[in-house]
Parts: sequence; C-alpha cells; structure tokens
Amino acid sequence: MSSVDEAVRLHNAVVLLGSFPALAEASLVVKKGEIVLISGANGAGKTTLLRLCAGLVPLARGEASVLGFNLATQRKEAQAHVGMLGHANGLYLDLTAQENLQFWGAVVGASAQEIALSGERMGLHTRLLGTTVAKMSAGQRRRTALAILIIRRASLWLLDEPHAGLDAAGRDEIDNILREATSAGATVIVASHELERAGALATRRIEVVGGAIVERGAQ
Amino acid sequence: MTQHSTSTMSVARAIATKDLRIEWRSKVLVNQVLPFAGIVMVLFAFALDNDGILQRVAPGLVWLAVLFSSLIIVQRTFAIESADNALDAIKVAGVSPAGVFLGKSVALVVQLLLFECVLVLLSLVLYQVQLSWGGAVLLVTVSFLANTGIAAMGALYGGLGAAAKGRETLLPLLLLPAVAPVLIAATRATESAFGVSGATLGEGWPWAALLAVFGALFGFGGTLAFGVLTEE
Repeated sequence: MSSVDEAVRLHNAVVLLGSFPALAEASLVVKKGEIVLISGANGAGKTTLLRLCAGLVPLARGEASVLGFNLATQRKEAQAHVGMLGHANGLYLDLTAQENLQFWGAVVGASAQEIALSGERMGLHTRLLGTTVAKMSAGQRRRTALAILIIRRASLWLLDEPHAGLDAAGRDEIDNILREATSAGATVIVASHELERAGALATRRIEVVGGAIVERGAQ
Repeated sequence: MTQHSTSTMSVARAIATKDLRIEWRSKVLVNQVLPFAGIVMVLFAFALDNDGILQRVAPGLVWLAVLFSSLIIVQRTFAIESADNALDAIKVAGVSPAGVFLGKSVALVVQLLLFECVLVLLSLVLYQVQLSWGGAVLLVTVSFLANTGIAAMGALYGGLGAAAKGRETLLPLLLLPAVAPVLIAATRATESAFGVSGATLGEGWPWAALLAVFGALFGFGGTLAFGVLTEE
C-alpha cells in the first residue's frame, strides 16, 4: 500500500523485455519532493526503471504504484501526472521549437502565457524559437524538451541523462529548474552517469545492479 | 502540481493541425507520394494499352493507386511520431488516445482528398474518361466518404505498427484486407460517376451510402480501439 507522501513505491517489481528480466524484484520508495539519482552500468536497468514509473512498460510481477495510482490497473491515470525525458526528446523535427511548444500547450490545455514563460525559462530566445528542431543542436533540443515538461506541469519528472549535450550554463539551468520543480511539489528521478553533477543535485542516490535496486544513501 | 485538462476534440484539433503543418513543410505528399501514384497510373496504362479497357477499368485503377499510395501516407504520418519518440511522449502525457486517433484520421482525410483530386485529373487525361457535373458531385462525395474509412483504418493500423516498433512492414498486410470493402464500394460508385461499364449516375449513390456506413463503423471502432491497440 502506498501512502500519500510517496511518489513511487515498487515492491518486488519485475519487468520483462521479451523473456529477459530487465528489472528483477526491484523494490523502491521515493517520497514526494525528493530528487533521486539512479546510477548503474549500461544495461543495468536504469531506463527500464524510469519507463516502468512512466507506465511505458508493463509490470510482469510484483507491485508498483506512482503518485498513489496502481500501475497494474491505473496506468493511464498515473501517466497524466508523469513527465519523462528519455534519450530521445519527443520533439517533431520538422516543426520549430515554438510550434512544438504550442502543440504541447494545445494538447495539455496550457495558456499562451505559460507557453511563453516555459520557453523563456529554458533560454529559448526569439531566434531559437523560430528554428526548426532538425536544425538545432542536441543541447537546444534538450532545452525545448524540458520547456515542454514545464508546460505539462508534471508531478513526477523522470529524466534519463538530462545533462547530456548541454553546455555548462545549460546544465546549471537544468539543475535550477529541477530544484524549482521540487520546491513546487514535484518529485524528480534522474538516471545519470555523471555522478558528480547529478549527485550534487540529488537528495538521495540509488544504484541499479543487474535489475535490482541498491540504496546508496542520502547525498 | 495542479494538472491541466483538455478535451478529446482539442487534442484531435492539435494533432491534425500539427500533422498537416509538418506535411506542408516537408512536402512528402507532393514530392514523393504523388509522383509514385503518377507512375503507378502510367504503368497501368502501359500494361493494359487499350483505350476501351482502360476506360472500363479506370475507376478500379484510380482506387488501387489511392490504396497503394495511402500506405506511404499512413506510414509517413506515424514516422513523424517515431523519429524522436514523440509517440512515447504523447503516451506518457496521458493524452486522450481517441483524440490522437481522430486527429490523425482528419489529417489523413485532408491529405487523401488533395491527393485524389490530382489522381482523378490524371485519369481524365490518361484513361480518357468523361466526368459530368453530376458525376463530379458524386465523385467528391464518394472520395470524402471512402477517405474516412481508409483514414480510420490507416490511423488504427498505422498506430499499431508504430507502437510495435519495427513492425511497420505489417501495415500493408493489415490495412489492405481491412479496406477491401471500401475499395469495392468506391470503385462501383466511381464507375457511376465516370459513366463506364454501363453504370448510371443514380446507381452510384447507394454505394456512397454504403461507404458512409463503413466510414462511421471504422471511425467509431477505431476511436474505441486505438488506445488499447497502441499500448505496449
């Protein structure tokens, strides 16, 4: 049973990719407002853990709930409150940054002011907003994707290597945004290989080892 | 955090607008699909090489060209979702699957309508068929209704292929049998519109009514099934 102050609760969760157990009886509790860093070797199961929390992969066995919603039975309800930024950015390459933001604003019902503020917050100035995503650098695309997460007002942010491809200023900006998001009540789970950078941001660190979760304590 | 809320129709409008904007900008329909369909129409003419036969079978050839080309259009409409994993982002956001389905379907209907205008003009030239004003009204109606059915099935199976990553090659196997009833009804109605094979204009309208039934059934069924079928 998950309590009201828990954002994520996994108990012996098993996720199968084909017949391979990408998560093997993983157990985890993340409290609301935490910033949790997930570390682990490539292929250990970090991304699968994030995708399970996002309701993108089915739970084969065990229990999993996100923001009080049981992922086995209430996946859609949970997803409405979750924002995920994976290796891909989820952008439309033929549209400009502004058009991507406007599309997401229309899809989730955000106001024009919120859309403008999100772009501003992520340093997407006028010229960049008018640039087609296909012509943007990796860092600029990342900023656009993060602006979309701001528009979505997600309660649980799931980020896979959020600093990848960003310059120092962009990395600092992301850290600030994540801290602001948690101050506003959101919970953040970050999978990263950059332990020094992400560790400074996180309140707690866990490690995924062979599909199981190992606590590494408070940061 | 307080969540936003939006209706299925708002989602559909946003998806349709976005898809049409991307198509307008990328010009895939104009630069790739139309030339492909044109080549198919010309090859039909070379293969049959007889004006009498071509006139008689022109309605079927037009709709076969539409169906083959619709495979490319449908694959393209979901390729833009897969390019940077936008479909996952839409799923994670809990966006109404019915809204996504309707938006995709509307964008497909619009693209197919524009596409068919060119194909019909091409058939008038290549196959030397005649089109009266009454036939034109019937043909426009039939095109719209047939497109509704093709678009609904295309959005449904295209979404299924995109969700099943790497299985886009299944699309022809799934889509073509499903739209066979549309092909039959649209061809019969177009024979009436062109006035070939002894068909009169009046005989085309019952086929148009049948297409309306297919369109409604496929649209309704797709709206209900899209979310379930595209879930991983």
